[in-house]
Amino acid sequence: MSRTKDTSFIFILAGMIALVLGLIFGSIGAFQMIIPNFLPEIPFFKARPLHVSLVVAWIFLIAIGGIYHYVPKYLGLKWHSNKLIKIHLWIFFGTGILIILSYLNGKFGGREYWEFPPIFAIPILFSWLLFAYNFYKTIFRKKQSWPVYIWMWASGIAFFFITFLEANSWIFDYISGNIVREITIQWKAYGALVGSWNLLVYGTAIFIMERIGKNTKLALSKTAFLLYFLGLTNLIFGWAHHTYVVPSASWIRYVAYGVSMSELLILGKIIWDWKKSISTAQKHFHLLPYRFLFASDIWVFLNLILALLMSIPGINILSHGTHITVAHAMGSTIGINSMILLSSVFYILKGDHNQSRYLRFSKSVHSGFWLLNISLAFFWLSLLMAGVGKAMSSSSMNFQEMMLKIEPYLTGFAYSGIGILIGLLLILIPAIISLRYRYQDERISL
Amino acid sequence: MEPMNKVHKRWIFWSLILSFFIYSFVVYTSGTEFPKNSKQFTSEAKLGKDTFQKYNCISCHQIFGLGGYMGPDLTNVISDEHRGENYAKAFLLTGTERMPNFQMSDTELGAIIAYLKYIGNTVEYPVKNSTTTWYGTIETKSDE
Repeated sequence: MSRTKDTSFIFILAGMIALVLGLIFGSIGAFQMIIPNFLPEIPFFKARPLHVSLVVAWIFLIAIGGIYHYVPKYLGLKWHSNKLIKIHLWIFFGTGILIILSYLNGKFGGREYWEFPPIFAIPILFSWLLFAYNFYKTIFRKKQSWPVYIWMWASGIAFFFITFLEANSWIFDYISGNIVREITIQWKAYGALVGSWNLLVYGTAIFIMERIGKNTKLALSKTAFLLYFLGLTNLIFGWAHHTYVVPSASWIRYVAYGVSMSELLILGKIIWDWKKSISTAQKHFHLLPYRFLFASDIWVFLNLILALLMSIPGINILSHGTHITVAHAMGSTIGINSMILLSSVFYILKGDHNQSRYLRFSKSVHSGFWLLNISLAFFWLSLLMAGVGKAMSSSSMNFQEMMLKIEPYLTGFAYSGIGILIGLLLILIPAIISLRYRYQDERISL
Repeated sequence: MEPMNKVHKRWIFWSLILSFFIYSFVVYTSGTEFPKNSKQFTSEAKLGKDTFQKYNCISCHQIFGLGGYMGPDLTNVISDEHRGENYAKAFLLTGTERMPNFQMSDTELGAIIAYLKYIGNTVEYPVKNSTTTWYGTIETKSDE
């Protein structure tokens, strides 16, 4: 039996680098909100897509890298093809570089949220197909009952493929020839697309909880499956709160309102139950992964309250189109997804070893943890205040007056963004250095 | 912790998958037709949409409240009595401290105006005349 380097570590490394770059471009964009001529070489219309695409890449690279690492190491299933993993990596990586270069050269897809020139959808889809083929060929060899995280990963992978196709369906006249249909379908697709990567991330959270708590019953329990099916239901029906103001049929809005965002509540419950169930010794043994999961739990509750309020049409009419939406998006992406993914990074770094090389940098990581979370709290509150300010001014002031009014909150948002950047650097630099050692030591069987 | 029954899992899963495809088909074919202004999506408006995307206008502006927050929402920029076509053209031609002058050609300029005019004839945004029901939904003029 031959052994080779574990490619998943390169996904993790690339993901961490993408996050650092994404945060730098995000900070540039935030300062351009308050200082109009700040860094004119990278104007806002370039900084924003650079920020969004790099942060989306962080989520995918860490979630996928984790799956590539966990399946053979902990589920005892050798990958169907290690060659496909390498091809997937280099297509994904190469496409990402080309997308960044296209932004810097002023070539855009011009769509809201995750956008790029549509030609790049082809290699992304192709590399995803390779990932999907490899995953299903590997995972269907597991004969015992699948734990919920495998269901989550399996359906997240399938739904990404479907919803990514939907998100790019605007290239057809049937969709783009009608603005109401176009925007409705775009947000149906993006709502579900985010749902699909949430399935990968939440699956990872439950996997780590199972490993740390050494409780295999958790991932087979009714509660865990209830979370999973509620997540799927939200993915399918719960997207329309983005488009309450679009003049589509009322029933589209009512269905989304009815479904609401209950998946976060269940996730919070599972993490809470799990936290209570593990012993103090176990907590200390895996301190960093535990801390990041615990932080994600707090952010779940905060974002749950905000999400539930925003899904009520009578409130959505005020919050929609304001920074409250950004608070929800960033609170969820940083507070929930990134905390879970950081937990995954540190779980991978530590592995099953009693001592790990990252411990030598633990002071930096612990300081970074607190700085990240405190800064995120200020960041989130600043956005909420800016959003409330905008909602209250929209009918009585013009845009320029409104921006002047909310400028103090936007200043708070920009500076706390720097706090998030520094906090994450304190966490990620030690993680990147430690990953190098782990990569050298780690070999997988072929 | 009681494990979930295998048959129940499969039954729920496949029901949800089937619902996804049925619901997608319904949303693609009904509820989103909006024929009111379909004839206004002329070839010029289509070019305007391409131009809007080419310069990545949505990174700073919003349509129906969706987009970036550097600049104002453009849904009703042409139909709004306080702004209108000349107001929009002035911004596009000169730029501002926050908005670059993209040096658009006359064709691109006219096309973007046509596209914004087309969007402006869909709905009033931000919604001004609405009532909230006791169960949290809203009723607007477009619902009538």
